[in-house]
Amino acid sequence: MALIKDDAAAPAETWTTLADEDVAPAEGDVLVPLARWLAERDALTQREARVGVVLQPGDDALTLAGALEGLALVAVAFPKFTDGRGYSSARLLRDRLGYTGELRAIGDVLPDQVFYMRRVGFDAFDLAEGKSVETALAQLKTFSVTYQAGADDERPLFRRVQRPA
Amino acid sequence: MYQYDAHDQRIVDERVAQFRDQVRRRLAGEITEDEFKPLRLQNGLYMQLHAYMLRVAIPYGLLSSAQLRGLATIARDYDRGYAHFTTRQNIQYNWPELENVPKILDVLASVQMHAIQTSGNCIRNTTSDPLAGIAADELEDPRPYCELIRQWSTFHPEFAFLPRKFKIAVTGARTDRAAVRVHDIGVCIVENDVGERGFEILVGGGLGRTPHIAKQVRAFLPYEDLLSYLEAILRVYNRYGRRDNKYKARIKIQVAEWGVEKFAAAVEAEWAQIRDSSTKLTRDEIDRIKGRFITPTHETLPAEDLDALALTTDREFARFVKNNLRAHRVAGYTAAVISTKPQGRPPGDVSDTQLDALADLADEFGMGEVVVMHDQNVMMPNVRQRDLRTFYDRLTAWDLGTANAGRLTDQICCPGLDFCNLANARSIPVAMRIAEHFDNLDYLDDLGDLSLKMSGCINSCGHHHVGNIGILGQEKSGSEAYQLMLGGSPGNDASLGKIVGPAFSSDDIVGAVATVLDTYAQQRESREETFLDFYRRVGLAPFKESLYGTDQGRRSRSG
Repeated sequence: MALIKDDAAAPAETWTTLADEDVAPAEGDVLVPLARWLAERDALTQREARVGVVLQPGDDALTLAGALEGLALVAVAFPKFTDGRGYSSARLLRDRLGYTGELRAIGDVLPDQVFYMRRVGFDAFDLAEGKSVETALAQLKTFSVTYQAGADDERPLFRRVQRPA
Repeated sequence: MYQYDAHDQRIVDERVAQFRDQVRRRLAGEITEDEFKPLRLQNGLYMQLHAYMLRVAIPYGLLSSAQLRGLATIARDYDRGYAHFTTRQNIQYNWPELENVPKILDVLASVQMHAIQTSGNCIRNTTSDPLAGIAADELEDPRPYCELIRQWSTFHPEFAFLPRKFKIAVTGARTDRAAVRVHDIGVCIVENDVGERGFEILVGGGLGRTPHIAKQVRAFLPYEDLLSYLEAILRVYNRYGRRDNKYKARIKIQVAEWGVEKFAAAVEAEWAQIRDSSTKLTRDEIDRIKGRFITPTHETLPAEDLDALALTTDREFARFVKNNLRAHRVAGYTAAVISTKPQGRPPGDVSDTQLDALADLADEFGMGEVVVMHDQNVMMPNVRQRDLRTFYDRLTAWDLGTANAGRLTDQICCPGLDFCNLANARSIPVAMRIAEHFDNLDYLDDLGDLSLKMSGCINSCGHHHVGNIGILGQEKSGSEAYQLMLGGSPGNDASLGKIVGPAFSSDDIVGAVATVLDTYAQQRESREETFLDFYRRVGLAPFKESLYGTDQGRRSRSG
């Protein structure tokens, strides 16, 4: 699947997604569910390879408070693009928890949503199967003006520019 | 009228370009219909029974004459010569071709309009009091706050895929004419104990299949905190609102299931974290937005004797003066309701030539502004009382002078099964038969203030729950049936109508309405007792009796 990072096409990466009961392989980067990360942080970070956590829509991003160290990646899953909970998760990770590492949207990630996703704090997009990187990159430039504060600019428009009286 | 600055214009222009590209990719097969659906919905484009329907936003109902002409152009060039005013101060086109929609959006953008977020599971057009800016009972004009909400909610990146649609209404008056209690969020400008002004925040109202009256979540919120507080509510809803069942996904269900105390506590906790964030408004920004509104300047005029006008020998004009005028706080001015409900036309429909005529009339008589009302009528808010006669004659020349405002035939009606693929029954033909049956305006005047609201399905776009008389179309074993409800009201004393008994067939429903009206007319204490007051005093019993006989409603007349 096509990956976009920092507004550019990025080479594919190999992450092994582990379920709660899967044994971690000796080598290779792994993605684990939130509960497992919280429970097995020490063991997971002692491995040589990188570890990331996957937040499902129903997961509370705020439970990562104090548990972000050692994470190479936070992946927020969008099983269906119409489920918007991941947008709030991203916002909370960036604004509330001050997470500055890679925040990747995974799952049903479509070009027409990446603009919003970037505004709430995603800096990486693992596009859904068959979706065009070129289209998605173009969509990142859809709007040159936005009204609200976001993870891309913490000021709303009226604090960013002098709007006419 | 709010004037776009270069930023507002650029956002709307870039939206047109975005949607043009999305339509191109859809037609080229690059995006599937499932992927396209939420994109087109967030641009107001529905798939109806026969064609696409495009809903255009009219922020807080306010339209300039230039905008009216733009809407007329669209009706003429891209539709079948008409448009339809909705119950949420918007306007709809029933027959646009998909490939023409970007061109329609171009026309809209050229007059500072758009179709952004008029559908879809996002924050919809913010509605308000149709008498905003002219009502005597107003603490403050709510529309600058609506505009602040419009800007904050436009393409809000966090809230584009909510569990369900989300509607906000704002009122600045003591009398609620914005139906804030049946909105997801109702915002009321209030004064606290020490005389400061701010907002009361109500959450969780709504109609649909499970109607709820909104609950107070905060009694007083300072002006500057409006957007951060809304953001806190939306975040609690986006994170925890139900997504497992479309019919349980509105915020009213979350508030009902959690209880308002738990819900309010969650909102307050979230708000405490973001209250002092950069989203907090400043006095300067609020004042700047107020300054972007071009407010009509009124002349100093003597008040005319409207009571005398109402006794004039031209009975239809007298009726117009009695029924269609609303008090204006400036002496010598009045607000005139222009009914879109003459006999023989679907409620809310206006032709392209009527839209152009309204624009001309607004320029000549109304300081260039009109307001779209919740009941699908149009109001000219700033008419000189001394111009009334000329104004009325010009209206009637365009079939816009029907003097039935606030009367039975000033009914609200959804598009129903003639257009809508959600509907179970037709509503427009029933509305038209009611208009035909009750064509005696003297009788309607005698019945006084009375609202009839009709929906063709339980999604209740016609707001039947809050009609004094509500009609709900159903499908029963292959034929249309109509349930009758009584006692609903959308205002300060909001109440939901109660079902009076078994449903009526399409043939019988008009007669049933007549029976209800006769029962009221015969049994009211005096002409001063309105239909709603009468119902609240006597309840359903006398109506059951006259509709179904003494066996109290067990005998169905739906056949």
